Amino acid sequence: MTDTTLRNRVAIVGVGESEIGKVPHMTGLGLNAQAAKRALDETGLKPSDIDGLLTAYSMTEPYFMLGSVMCEYLGLKPTFNASMVVGGASPAVMLKHAAEAIVSGQAEVILCCAGENRATGQTRDQAVAALAAVGHPYYEQPYGASIPSFYAMITRRHMHEYGTTREQLAQMAVTTRDHAVRHPNAHMTKPITVEEVINSKPIAEPLNILDCCLISDAGGAYIVTTAERAKDLKSDPVYLHGIGEYHTHEHLMCADSLTEFGALETGRRAYTMAGLGPEDMDFAELYDCFSVVPMIEMEELGLCERGGAGAMVEAGDTRIDGRLPVNTHGGMLSHAHAGAAGGLFGIIEAVRQLRGQEGERQVANHDVALVHNEGGILSSHCTMILGREER
Amino acid sequence: MTGQRPEPFVNADSEIYWAATKESRLVLQECADCGHVDLMPRHVCPKCWSENRTWTDAVGTGTVHSFSIVHRAPLPAFREDCPYVVALIDLAEGPRIMTNIVGDGALEVVIGDRVEVCFEDRGEAKVPQFRLARAGGGS
Repeated sequence: MTDTTLRNRVAIVGVGESEIGKVPHMTGLGLNAQAAKRALDETGLKPSDIDGLLTAYSMTEPYFMLGSVMCEYLGLKPTFNASMVVGGASPAVMLKHAAEAIVSGQAEVILCCAGENRATGQTRDQAVAALAAVGHPYYEQPYGASIPSFYAMITRRHMHEYGTTREQLAQMAVTTRDHAVRHPNAHMTKPITVEEVINSKPIAEPLNILDCCLISDAGGAYIVTTAERAKDLKSDPVYLHGIGEYHTHEHLMCADSLTEFGALETGRRAYTMAGLGPEDMDFAELYDCFSVVPMIEMEELGLCERGGAGAMVEAGDTRIDGRLPVNTHGGMLSHAHAGAAGGLFGIIEAVRQLRGQEGERQVANHDVALVHNEGGILSSHCTMILGREER
Repeated sequence: MTGQRPEPFVNADSEIYWAATKESRLVLQECADCGHVDLMPRHVCPKCWSENRTWTDAVGTGTVHSFSIVHRAPLPAFREDCPYVVALIDLAEGPRIMTNIVGDGALEVVIGDRVEVCFEDRGEAKVPQFRLARAGGGS
C-alpha cells in the first residue's frame, strides 16, 4: 500500500533559531522562546493563532511535562500538546505528529521547538556524565562506555566492512566546517583541515574531538499549518511531501547491526509518500552527531551506494557546489548542537535553502530537500522530504 | 578507585544474571518455547513474547565485533584507567555483549580477535569482562 496521507497536506511557514554558542544570559526556555518568536514573526501570525505545541526534553532544565511548561512560559493554551522523547530524532518526528494532528483536525497552527543551554547551563563534566546516561544503566554504563565510544565502535565497523578511511571521515568534518564558515549564526566558524581533524585530541578511537558534535546553547523552532492557510501568510511556504519514522532499539548492545540501521526504512517510507526517489533530492541535511553518521545515512537513504559515502565526501560531492550538498549550515559538527535541537537546525536550513534565502551559502538547485534526524545510538529515525512547490 | 565505578544493579529481571557473575559464571536467558537466546534479561522473549524463561551457562568465549579505545571517560571513576577498551563481543552462543577488554595486549585488539570471559570485582559483586584468548586457546 502506498501511504500518501500526509503528502502536500501541511507546510512549514516559519523558522527561527536563537542566539547560538555560549549564551549565558539566557535560559533554555528563553532560547526556545526567542527561536519561536523569530519563527512566528516570519509568518505574520499572532501568538494566539498557535493552537498546538510540540517540544522534546531538556537535560539542563529537566522539567516534568516539558510541553506544558513550554506552553505556560509562552502563554499558550493549545488544544494539542506533547513532548517527544526519541533523542535527536525528536524534531523530525515532531513534524510527522504535527502533520497528523493538523490533518485530523486537532490543531491548525502548531509550534515545534526544542533547545537548551547545554554549553553554559552545566559544566563540561556534567554534560559528559549526563550524556553517558544514554548508555544502558545496567549493562553498558558499568564499563565506562561513553556516547563517543558507541559511535566509535560503529565507525570502526564501517571502516572494517567498507574500507572507509580516517581521511574520509575527517573530510566530512572539514566540508561541514567550510559550510559553517559561511553561516552568520554558526557556533564554529574557523576553517579546519583534514590533518587538524586527524591530529585533534583523541576522545574514543578512532574518533577525535573534531569528529564529535558541539555542545552549544541553542534553541530552534518551526511553525506548521495547513497547505491552504500557508498560502495566505507573509512567508514562502515549504511543503511536506513525505515523511516516515522507524525505531529499532535504544542501546547499541541490542542493535541488530553496526552498519545497517533504521534510515533505510524511513527513507523508503518518505520517498514512497512523496512519490520521489533519492535521485530527485537537490540537497540533504543529515544528522551528524559524529563524522561517520551522515555517511551512514547517505548510504541508507540511497544517496550513494553502500560503503560509497567516504569516496563521495572525498570527491567533494557534498560541498555546497557539489553534486549533492550535505549539511549546508554546518551541521551539529560546526553550526550547533543542543540536545533535541541539533537536528532541528537541519530542518530550518532546508526551509531557508528551499526558499532561496541563503546568499553565499545558497545551493544551485533548491526544489526538493531531504532531512534526516536520528536519536539514541542510530536507534530512532525519521526522514522527511520537503519542497518549495506542491507536487 | 574500583569501588566508585558503577556496581551491578540487581532487579527482578537481572537477579539471576548478577548472582551468576558473583560466582564468576556468565549466564544467558533462553526462551523455553522458541529457543531464542539473549543477553539482556527480561520478563518476556523479545521474539515470541513467551514468559517461559530459562537460564543457560555461556561457555565464556567470543569474538570482537567492534571496539573503541576510550581517552575521555564519561565518569570520574574511569578517568585513571584511560586509555581503556570498550568492546562489543559476539558470544559463542550468538548474543552480543558490551564489555571491556582487559589484560595483556588489550590496547592492541583488532576486530575478529578471540576473547574469553573474566570477572572484575565491583564491591560485593562482579562484572563480566573479557581478555584476549591465548594463542592456540579460545574456541
